[in-house]
Amino acid sequence: MSPLSRRSFLRTSATASAGLVIGFYLPSSARADDDGAFSPNAYLTITPKGKITIVVPRTEMGQGVWTSLPMILAEELEADWKQIKIEQAGASTLFGDQTTGGSASVRTTWDPMRKAGAQAREMLISAAAQQWNVPRGSCKAESSSVHHSASGRKISYGMLATQAGKLPVPDNPPLKTGRYKLVGKPLPRLDTPSKVDGSAIYGIDFRVPEMKYAALARCEVVGGKVADFDPTAAKQMPGVSFVGKIGDSAVAVVADSTWNAIKARRALKITWDDSANKELTSAAISDGLRNADQSKAVKFYSSGDVSKAAGKKIEAEYQLPFMAHAPMEPGNCTAHFRGTECEIWAPTQVPQDCRDTIASLIGLKQEQVKVNVTLLGGGFGRRLEHDYAVEAALVSKAINAPVKVTWTREDDMRCSTYRPVSLHKLSSMLDDNGWPLAFTHRVIGPSINGQKGSQPVNGVDSDFPDEASFIYPIPNVSLESVITETPVPLGWMRSVYALQMGFASESFIDELAMEAGKDPLEYRLHLLSKDADIKYFEATWRTSRMRNVLKLAAEKAGWSKPLAAGRYRGIACFGCFSTYAAAVVEISMENNEPHVHRVVAVVDCGQVVNPSIVEQQTQGAVIYGLTNALRAQITIDKGRVVQGNFDEYQPIRMNEAPKVEAYFVSSTEPPTGVGEPPVPPLAPALCNAIYAATKTRMRSLPILT
Amino acid sequence: MPNFTLRVNGAEKVVDVSADTPLLWVLRDTLQLTGTKFGCGAGLCGACSVHVNGALTRSCTMPVSQARGKSVTTIEGLGTNGLHPLQKAWIAEDVPQCGYCQSGQIMAAASLLAKTPHPSDAQITDYMSGNICRCGTYERIRRAIHRVANPGNVNPGGSK
Repeated sequence: MSPLSRRSFLRTSATASAGLVIGFYLPSSARADDDGAFSPNAYLTITPKGKITIVVPRTEMGQGVWTSLPMILAEELEADWKQIKIEQAGASTLFGDQTTGGSASVRTTWDPMRKAGAQAREMLISAAAQQWNVPRGSCKAESSSVHHSASGRKISYGMLATQAGKLPVPDNPPLKTGRYKLVGKPLPRLDTPSKVDGSAIYGIDFRVPEMKYAALARCEVVGGKVADFDPTAAKQMPGVSFVGKIGDSAVAVVADSTWNAIKARRALKITWDDSANKELTSAAISDGLRNADQSKAVKFYSSGDVSKAAGKKIEAEYQLPFMAHAPMEPGNCTAHFRGTECEIWAPTQVPQDCRDTIASLIGLKQEQVKVNVTLLGGGFGRRLEHDYAVEAALVSKAINAPVKVTWTREDDMRCSTYRPVSLHKLSSMLDDNGWPLAFTHRVIGPSINGQKGSQPVNGVDSDFPDEASFIYPIPNVSLESVITETPVPLGWMRSVYALQMGFASESFIDELAMEAGKDPLEYRLHLLSKDADIKYFEATWRTSRMRNVLKLAAEKAGWSKPLAAGRYRGIACFGCFSTYAAAVVEISMENNEPHVHRVVAVVDCGQVVNPSIVEQQTQGAVIYGLTNALRAQITIDKGRVVQGNFDEYQPIRMNEAPKVEAYFVSSTEPPTGVGEPPVPPLAPALCNAIYAATKTRMRSLPILT
Repeated sequence: MPNFTLRVNGAEKVVDVSADTPLLWVLRDTLQLTGTKFGCGAGLCGACSVHVNGALTRSCTMPVSQARGKSVTTIEGLGTNGLHPLQKAWIAEDVPQCGYCQSGQIMAAASLLAKTPHPSDAQITDYMSGNICRCGTYERIRRAIHRVANPGNVNPGGSK
């Protein structure tokens, strides 16, 4: 790495809390350096006073990256964990793609952050060896010091920082292969104290001096625009300083407080151009899936030849609705346009997208747009969109002052992007013993990436390789996709297509097991009984790993033991984002509705970095998956989203939350994602339990309507 | 605009806002106490929960005029001598994920324990079901409440 130090890009600011200094990482704002600080790479700085700062190049949205990613680096650094401070990176050019999504944060930073820590450790050891004039090999690093056991000497990293900074940075420092001191330990999260005393700063909490507050009225008919508007009444409302059109489809009201902006927005008189979608309904969208041109089907995975398999034919159709992410923190962003530069404070999963889009829309160069990343009050994929950040930048430019745009809950529900609808046609041929000779799964629905302008990969949405896997080595398999169009804005929602694919596929496997008169766990284990590598796009799925996940889930759930009277259970498994997951759901039926008592969720996500965080993510994914299964549904009428707030779109509350037991398979495989993979098995496991209880097959979500 | 006098976290505050301004926005924008969160604006999710004269209150639907002269406690002022025992329990159990709803969850739990110092599981469920957590931290919330209310009798909730 060049001697150009990333220290020169840092400015420490913002909040402090116990054991943690959070700074915003500003890629182009120089500050006075700490003389002699050691910064061998973009991820790490050690000052002569011994302060160790690790930069987190992904966004903290609840999934624990402020803790797990520094653990990875500190492990190799041999750092004293208590000395670690962290800094949230904003949009930068130093860390590659900083998108936080695809359950990829640990998976994609595991290697670079280990290397970053190891580089520093090796240089610090070299610096100590030089200072003592002893062989490098006689020194070792431990607890933020280098030790020379022969002489009993030790010297702290801080004392070595200046000297270490003068040494060459090794390209390939040795990495640990086990015997970890931090990795694998349930270390407390560094962000917890600030999240229980009210001091944590989310996007919506950020403020700059002289800041204004904006609320925007957006066309609620998809694709609609502002035809005309009368600002007179809104301008007369208390505190209002500006009313104006922003883009084609919104009018902004700027005031001296959030409330005054929201209130004045009600006084706007806007004539909307409702677009061609003004009669659009969910029923029409559903018909569109059913009537899709099947000749457009693209086979994206196959083995054998399903057309040649002969046996007892079983067929079923499954259907899923649009869903909304509904993170607890509504959309918001603070922007300060200053003529030749623009600074953004955004709760975003895509800081670089914010920078690039804003730069092009307001006529600045990318390096003139500084994007700081705040804490996120939930992401779930909603903040892979940067619509609210763009709005803030445009409003700031329009008023030439700093401004915070805040969305209401209804804005977030009605003007969002949505998990796409889908229709699934499944068929199988069973042999005389009930085992499948063929398995065909055709998914019909719109493409998220296609709608956003990305080319399909092998004829399917470019997310399919991560999310549409099939683990069973049945002799003849065909996975097929028919891409349809919809004007409804689509987005990536936690587990994305894996939710649809897993629901349809794992429900249908259950149907086959029932048809065969076999136990659904044993049926799956039989299908997975031979060790096989399933090559799927770039990924390889191993039947042995899924088998172990299923077995652990069954063992922990007591699958072989009888249930209490009136209790029923279902099982499902699915792999996505290179992680294997299974769930056993235990229910009773009350007033013809399922009451979920207990969920056992198991993942194999390779090496676990922090088991406490993996447990959190798994439990959370189960609750999220349960909301999806039971009642998450966005419907469209007259071109608009019907649901507006949490009375019409009802996430699971504690009274419906089952006991969730999370387990993982011990593994030394490289770590993979855990935020999303436990979601997909939930809905099919629940619906399979409902079948066990009622002999009724749930073939569409949500279960409760 | 009229002036309203409130006692917030023990200190008298005079705010100059319109009478219909929800207490939430007075706390967040005027008094810069941003620990209290905006989630739904309709009293549905509990993220904005505070105590008004000791009663659990959705600050997003209470106009400031109704809080006039009353004593408001927010997450920032919940502990009387350092952190409230529930806040310490929240840390011990590492409850938050995104954390956005947790101020409201803690304010609700504190209100529960003020009335019912040793709640059963069912009482916890009843009381806490006004608050939504999209991250699904309910298991650990329950454990943290038990840690304070029923030490030594914590329902392990199944995990591990």
